[in-house]
Amino acid sequence: MVLGLQGFYTLNRFGSTALLGPMVALSLIKELGPVLAALMVTGRAGSAITAEIGIMRTSEQIDAMELMGLNPFRYLIVPKLIAGIIALPLLTAIFDVVGIFGGYFVGGRLLGVGQGTYFGEMANYVGIEDVLEGIYKSLSFGAIISWVCSYKGYHAGFGAEGVSKATTQAVVLSSVLVLFWDYIMTSLLF
Amino acid sequence: MIRLENIHKSFNGFEVLKGISFQMEKGEILALIGGSGNGKSVILKHIVGLLKPDQGHVFIDGKDIGHCKGNDLEEIRSRIGFLFQNGALFTSFTVYDNVAFPLREKTKLSEKEINERVFKELDQVGLAGAENKYPAELSGGMIKRTAFARALVTKPEVMLFDEPTTGLDPIIAHTILDLIKSLHEHLGFTAIIVSHELSRVFQIAHRVAMLHEGKIWTIGTPEEILSSSDPVIRQFISGATGGAFKLY
Repeated sequence: MVLGLQGFYTLNRFGSTALLGPMVALSLIKELGPVLAALMVTGRAGSAITAEIGIMRTSEQIDAMELMGLNPFRYLIVPKLIAGIIALPLLTAIFDVVGIFGGYFVGGRLLGVGQGTYFGEMANYVGIEDVLEGIYKSLSFGAIISWVCSYKGYHAGFGAEGVSKATTQAVVLSSVLVLFWDYIMTSLLF
Repeated sequence: MIRLENIHKSFNGFEVLKGISFQMEKGEILALIGGSGNGKSVILKHIVGLLKPDQGHVFIDGKDIGHCKGNDLEEIRSRIGFLFQNGALFTSFTVYDNVAFPLREKTKLSEKEINERVFKELDQVGLAGAENKYPAELSGGMIKRTAFARALVTKPEVMLFDEPTTGLDPIIAHTILDLIKSLHEHLGFTAIIVSHELSRVFQIAHRVAMLHEGKIWTIGTPEEILSSSDPVIRQFISGATGGAFKLY
């Protein structure tokens, strides 16, 4: 909605408010959707992954698993990695759709851009390659978040302090890597 | 069956183990005693390969566990049961699932056979009726007994007990040690018990090893330890404050 509002006033300076739909959609699909969804997932699910695996480490549950001859990587990390890779594109898609309709609500309903103009121009300017770029990004972000957060939990230090430190490091490192990898992918995919 | 040769281990520059050597025969129970922080748990973790020695070797039936990897390590570990100090139960599993887990993952038993084995073990440790509880709903004694059942369910040849009675009231502590004794008579496993319940553990163990200043200070039968005139051993057994025993 903020994107719709800011976009409208910016485009209005150039007399191009008809392009509000493509502007909102491209910003969301290619950039803001994958990145913001990834940052939210890092804060919500990534920290939980680190804390859960970290507590399993400090309470010797991972040691117990190893002693049973089971591979903790297979039992603890692989499912989270797969879940991250599947869930993040889906969450990003929801984020994009809600964002596009939010933009329409502000631009179309409140500021007078027509429905046909908003969605029609969007259909003209947004191609499948833009959608794929967003999907590739969110797939890789899902893998980065799951991997970093699982790794940090697996190597958490001793006690509550160790888990707390690992969780903080996981969230910071995941967020920085998401932003860094976003730049790399944008450079490669353009 | 188990042989430790000159094990040295340091953490952050602090040498915890300074040349630990001893060996055990099949079916023997060894009590490992010593002050807190002396490295008793560290020794147990070396025996199962969770920790690697900085120097020295741990042999299980002639195989150096420090150099075992993959299937070899898995094979050795499958013959060892480990009772962790805090139980190390999987908190998202019920008591039943905790005990069934190693059978489900490492054997080809049917669910019916697993069910029989799990209930048998739970019955043996006095936990019949608690199978649907989660670890958060259990008392300290129940957690230890569940962990005991989980360690036993695969019928290991070696059992390592890391402070099985710490934090429990005297009655439950004695119950657990009696359980170890009766199961040993029944199953014949080789066992190491780390415990501070000296009077009871001395009745169960065939030999006692005392760890002090990073070394095996003494090893012998319970009678030999109890009749020792060594001031460190005397002080540790009597629990007197002040004396030759160095605290960590």
